[in-house]
Amino acid sequence: MLLIKNLSFTVQGEEGEKTILCDIDLSIPEKKLVVVTGPNGGGKSTLAKLIAGVETPTKGNIFFDGEDITNVSITDRAKRGIAFAFQQPVRFKGIHVLDLIRMATGKRMTAADACAYLSMVGLCAKDYINREVDASLSGGELKRIEIATVIARSAKLSVFDEPEAGIDLWSFQNLIKVFQKMRSEIKDSSILIISHQERILAIADEIIVLKNGTIDRQGPKEEILPSLIGTPSAIGSCRREEI
Amino acid sequence: MQLNDLQWKILEEVADLHKTPEGAYNIRSDSRSAGRQSTENIEIIPKSDVSGLEIRIKPGTKNESVHIPVVLTKSGLKEVVYNDFYIGEGANVLIVAGCGIDNCGNQDSQHDGIHRFFVGKNATIKYVEKHYGSGEGKGKRILNPVTEVYQEEGSSVTMEMVQIKGVDDTDRKTIAKLGAGAKLVVRERLMTHGEQKAYSLYDVELNGDDSSADVVSRSIARDNSYQRFDAKIVGNSKCHGHTECDSIIMDNGKILAVPALDAQNVDAALVHEAAIGKIAGEQIIKLMTLGLTQQEAEEQIISGFLR
Repeated sequence: MLLIKNLSFTVQGEEGEKTILCDIDLSIPEKKLVVVTGPNGGGKSTLAKLIAGVETPTKGNIFFDGEDITNVSITDRAKRGIAFAFQQPVRFKGIHVLDLIRMATGKRMTAADACAYLSMVGLCAKDYINREVDASLSGGELKRIEIATVIARSAKLSVFDEPEAGIDLWSFQNLIKVFQKMRSEIKDSSILIISHQERILAIADEIIVLKNGTIDRQGPKEEILPSLIGTPSAIGSCRREEI
Repeated sequence: MQLNDLQWKILEEVADLHKTPEGAYNIRSDSRSAGRQSTENIEIIPKSDVSGLEIRIKPGTKNESVHIPVVLTKSGLKEVVYNDFYIGEGANVLIVAGCGIDNCGNQDSQHDGIHRFFVGKNATIKYVEKHYGSGEGKGKRILNPVTEVYQEEGSSVTMEMVQIKGVDDTDRKTIAKLGAGAKLVVRERLMTHGEQKAYSLYDVELNGDDSSADVVSRSIARDNSYQRFDAKIVGNSKCHGHTECDSIIMDNGKILAVPALDAQNVDAALVHEAAIGKIAGEQIIKLMTLGLTQQEAEEQIISGFLR
């Protein structure tokens, strides 16, 4: 479904050119849940943005369903079936939650239908559907609404950038159910998640460890996860309580 | 009422009217009354000395409405209209004004509505005023409204002022003086485009203890348009005032926001917020990831912002 070849991304910093990603090769087949982990600053979020088209690679190619989409716009990638959940969701004055869900589905759906997506992310739909997506929402609420918009897209490939960040333990369980439900309901779909949460790594089919802008390891969960336990690439939920 | 399709279209834009309204109304079309109705509690009397109306609402009138929309379709027509509203003690009414100008000619058309509201003790009004312009002529469509509000003890006024499209020049002035416990809420929505110019001035005096004002303007300046927003709140008592100007600039649009807070009493609590900037790039990107084009994303952001 998704094939990435020799993908590199560099930026111009104060100290000259800095390489964020270097010669990345990877593929995500249909019906797979792939989790990208690795230390902070390893290039994980950049990889997600390159796939969604938010950033443009310096070198290399991205193929989606056999088509080279390297130069395809964000909009056209979305139309081809790529959805993207931001790590830090955007706020909008005056745009309601219902508006965002309608835009995500591309349909003029009823409020009742839209509510189903909010219920999936554990929000009491009637309290939120007509709320503005603005500063009145907490970070956690906003994050769940972001996830709801991606569910509503029902895309072939859904990319989540640290979906667990800022949400509590109760919705963590819910989040895992969301991914499982998406896999079962969206035909032939795949999910790519950027995360270092052990519980999310545990539901992966494949794990990719990204370190210093290159792929350190990749393979089936059974092969990769044991070596990650106890490292910053697989943080257990109990770590939160220690802090 | 004898109105043509264009006149009805304008009425729909400015007052959401598809047919003759219920309750009290006066529909002014090309400088004359196209229809007028008073009710038992709301009396509309034409003025004899100047052009305009006196609208008297009896004390205790509840759940009634007054519609006084204005339509101009003749190019070159210029008028000044003085409307005075007397709202009796304890009344609770909806007042819908609004003016639409269609100018197909080359001469400027102009309507200056001077509205004065004398709001009685514990009375509540909601005032909705929409301005709209259309027509392909070179003549300008000009609206210069003046709104004066005098609020007695415990009264409450909510004003929605909307000007989204087609008005070339506007110079709006809103003055309010509030007595004890009176409350004023203003929601202004403004969008200018082309070469349009809009000035909006608010001068609110909080004279009585526990009075409050909340004046919020959201505006968008597109193309080569220019806006100036002057909002002044004077706290002469133990009061609470808040003013906010939130604006988006696009293309070559320019906005000057001039807030002013004048605290004349040690117990006055006055707050001002102002923000001007272009649409945040990340907002556009987010909507593009939902499948909207950049242009569609901008339109959604604008229509939400002006909601």
